[in-house]
Amino acid sequence: MAEKKSKFVLEFEKPIIDLENKITEMREYAAKSGIVLEDDIRRLENKAGQLRAEIFQNLSRWERVQLARHPERPYTLDYINRMCSYFDELHGDRLFGDDPAMITGLARLGDMTVVIIGQQKGRDTKDKLRRNFGMPNPEGYRKALRALRLAEKFNKPVVTLIDTPGAYPGIGAEERGQAEAIARNLYEMAQLPVPIINVVIGEGASGGALGIGVGDRILMMENGWYSVISPEGCAAILWRDASKAPEAAEQMKVTAQDLVDLAIVDEVIPEPVGGAHADPDKTAEILKEVILRHLSELVKIPPKKLIEARIEKYGRMGAWTEE
Amino acid sequence: MDWFKRSKPSLQAQNKKELPDGLWVKCENCGEIIYRKELDKRYHVCPKCDYHFRIGSDTYIKLLTDEGTWQEFNANIKSADPLNFTDYKKYSEKYALTVKKIGFNDAVITGTGLLEQHKVVFALMDFRFMGGSMGSVVGEKISRAIQKATKEKLPLIILSSSGGARMHEGVLSLMQLAKTSARLTQFAKTGQPFISLLTNPTTGGTTASYAMLGDIQIAEPGALIGFAGPRVIKQTIGQDLPAGFQRSEFLLDHGFLDMIVHRHELKQRIANLIEFFQSKN
Ligand SMILES: [Zn+2]
Repeated sequence: MAEKKSKFVLEFEKPIIDLENKITEMREYAAKSGIVLEDDIRRLENKAGQLRAEIFQNLSRWERVQLARHPERPYTLDYINRMCSYFDELHGDRLFGDDPAMITGLARLGDMTVVIIGQQKGRDTKDKLRRNFGMPNPEGYRKALRALRLAEKFNKPVVTLIDTPGAYPGIGAEERGQAEAIARNLYEMAQLPVPIINVVIGEGASGGALGIGVGDRILMMENGWYSVISPEGCAAILWRDASKAPEAAEQMKVTAQDLVDLAIVDEVIPEPVGGAHADPDKTAEILKEVILRHLSELVKIPPKKLIEARIEKYGRMGAWTEE
Repeated sequence: MDWFKRSKPSLQAQNKKELPDGLWVKCENCGEIIYRKELDKRYHVCPKCDYHFRIGSDTYIKLLTDEGTWQEFNANIKSADPLNFTDYKKYSEKYALTVKKIGFNDAVITGTGLLEQHKVVFALMDFRFMGGSMGSVVGEKISRAIQKATKEKLPLIILSSSGGARMHEGVLSLMQLAKTSARLTQFAKTGQPFISLLTNPTTGGTTASYAMLGDIQIAEPGALIGFAGPRVIKQTIGQDLPAGFQRSEFLLDHGFLDMIVHRHELKQRIANLIEFFQSKN
């Protein structure tokens, strides 16, 4: 197993890490002393594997939110670099500027040529600031719209990778029409005559996520979260206490499986045990396979039918009663 | 007209408590004491400073439709509480209480009516119902209103008065943004105008969907209009916000509105627009 040791340990991962540290110590001791400990080590390794599987099968919603935000989790460009044999990034919205929190580009995915759009978080402090923590400004959404138009013109399917804590709430963002930029994208994505696949790879927070999230298939990684507001935001408003975020995550039902149950998400993309960051190569391989499978179905559908089905798909979303 | 320089919110709350349903009302902006009947007659616009008080969907029906022509549809759609949501209280209980108190089923009223003799499909949001928040019912009713306008080739007016999406329905509320926006692409093929009317406040998911997608964007004066709420922005950037930020006049200056129209002129100005768009050359 090509498992990467994580530097960043979440609370619920601690028992596994403790066990792994013990195994490492035993190995070192065995090597130094010459005492054969193979059986004991193997026994502990099995135990660690079992414990890991058990913990990751029973994650609470809040624990999944934490995994979705794990600092080593693969981001949009990590997936693009692993999945695509060709990628040319396109910059700028032709109106105001280039938003580094939003990636757009031309890509070769398997034997398909596609347009890829995705929010991008930064890895180190400097990069985080440059990427604005994955929170796009209006020019990010308008850059995405330009990429959508290119996809339409050249008849290329669109893949969007969603990973954002929200659209940026700032003065400039309001001055330049954050709401209009997002609304315009919803409208244009609803009627774009090429296949669109949306994948929530990490965080899907509110309109900032949906602004690149309208399509024919909505897929979600096993440990992503997607809702109308962040658990903290919801807790701050409804509970008047941001520390109630775990409870808000439970109540809002934010996980991939929840969204399948609510008839929003079409398919959950499994992650390796330990989460996407435990094995980014494997995760990207699985993601690529799933995207290509859906694309191969969608490219066969005539554009008019595709758009009709897309609009009806959203038309069914929601839950109400009618006497 | 500088109602963004209004007095402190705590003061307003006090004033409201002092004069609940009495004969006199104090203007939230200039402090003028106004005879309630006079204010009602003026559709809740202050006679002294022109401040536009927030009004409900019932008053907008009176303001915008010819007398006796209003016909509501889909009035009996109610929330199903899909998440079985509870904070300090059950959402289903809160919802039932609100319905009982307010007398209608959710934060939007839809119907047809004549506006200066032009038949129009209306969706009128109402802030009194859980802050005008958009959940499944609002999304569904607005979608059906758009579909009716599409099928019957009628002008569409959506009046927004909303704090955004309803958290109690989680991701289903979020999807109503896409659902309504998608329906508008179908309406666009009718050749009839969609007039988006923004009133105080229009924020969050409501702004980031149909409210910003009108063929014509009209706001009442002084309305708070934005994506993020001012409190969230202030917290994020750690600075005070400039005077007039996110008010109608600010949006007009930044290119996101076609016009700001005084409440008393709304009906006539909309009639003019409909007549323009329906004129054949
Ligand atoms: Zn006044």
